Amino acid sequence: MDRFERQYILPGFGPVSQQKLRETSVLIIGAGGLGCPALLYLSAAGIGKIGVIDGDVVSLSNLNRQVLFGKEDLGKNKAESAAEIIQKKYDDIQAEAFPHFLTKENILDIIKNYDLILDGSDNFPTRYLVNDACLIAGKPLVFGAIYQHEGQVAIFNAKGRHSINYRDLYPIPPSAREVPNCNETGVLGVLPGIIGTWMAGECIKYLTGYGDSLEDKLLFYDLLNHNSYQIQLTKNPDSEQNIPKTHSELQAMDYQDFCGLSAQTDWEAALSLLKNANQSVLVDVREIGEQPELDDVEYLQIPLADLPNSRNQLASFQNIFLFCQSGSRSLKAADMLKSQFPDKNIQSVEGGILRYLFD
Amino acid sequence: MKLLAFGKIAEIIGKQEIEIENFPNTDILVGYLQQQYPALKDLKFSIAIDKKQVSGNVSITTDAEVALLPPFSGG
Repeated sequence: MDRFERQYILPGFGPVSQQKLRETSVLIIGAGGLGCPALLYLSAAGIGKIGVIDGDVVSLSNLNRQVLFGKEDLGKNKAESAAEIIQKKYDDIQAEAFPHFLTKENILDIIKNYDLILDGSDNFPTRYLVNDACLIAGKPLVFGAIYQHEGQVAIFNAKGRHSINYRDLYPIPPSAREVPNCNETGVLGVLPGIIGTWMAGECIKYLTGYGDSLEDKLLFYDLLNHNSYQIQLTKNPDSEQNIPKTHSELQAMDYQDFCGLSAQTDWEAALSLLKNANQSVLVDVREIGEQPELDDVEYLQIPLADLPNSRNQLASFQNIFLFCQSGSRSLKAADMLKSQFPDKNIQSVEGGILRYLFD
Repeated sequence: MKLLAFGKIAEIIGKQEIEIENFPNTDILVGYLQQQYPALKDLKFSIAIDKKQVSGNVSITTDAEVALLPPFSGG
């Protein structure tokens, strides 16, 4: 007897399917509300190699839904903690951690070593990036997403470019401000628990041919009334031309900008949003002591080199405006922060403090 | 015809399912809905007719079931 006996005695599944799982690798993007249950069930089911990528650390407000983690994990990187927990539970699979955020620079190198990609991320720029990279690398993508009490599950790119991908469904991305995520709108932990578990189920079914998978289909589920609704997806002629086709075309994309989060703004627009002080913050990224100073506006001082360690200071704001002397260091700062906070509105103020004072 | 709405669209319309008069095509339907519910103008969504996703302006048969499908990003 081994730990998979109940699976291979299942009619229609059997030892052949179990062997397929053992020989397969799955990459889980985001060890969050969807990634945690998916990781638990895929590792329990005996997927041979499971990778998990997440640059975030476990925080207290994650614990209602990110069920791999407990109080002792607070402050630890999610990917490393998740891989460690899974590896400790099961020594017959291989768990691999990527403790950093997914970017257009690193994604193709990471996904090439996996057979199937599971997207449990929490923002549109990452979802489009994952979709496009899976198309270039020829990887099937199990997709899941939630909004308040509803969820979506689909399998994209199951058979390469003839299959449906996320851009067939949504050729024009919503702006990130249009659809709030769980951090802004709240969620009961059981909803990502259900959707993430369904995503794991779709991985297993797709890999083994057990039952009918959600290949080229989109399933909606509503926790409040148990309504579900399944749609057959179709190719969208508007989507094809916008998809990056090669590694270099992918590098040329700006996914934040594509999703309505452009990297620069002017003082007038920034100051107008800064009036809503709960959600917006202004940050001086120059070295401490640099002159001139702003004396009529409130701001934080975080020199460029300290930005990677400023996550806790900035995490609660939705709009982050960065300035320096003339707008060049702050543009670099905006790029750095965007990989940490892909769904926030992070903008460098053009022209810097000199334009504010002298224009 | 029957109109089904999900996510934020259902919030704006106030219901997940409503019966409305027949519309000849999706452009006219969307125009009508945007007039009735102006907040819909700010949203991107996909459309399915009788559980099949459509793109572009597509004619709607009498008594079809039309679903408005917004993107979700949470995870």
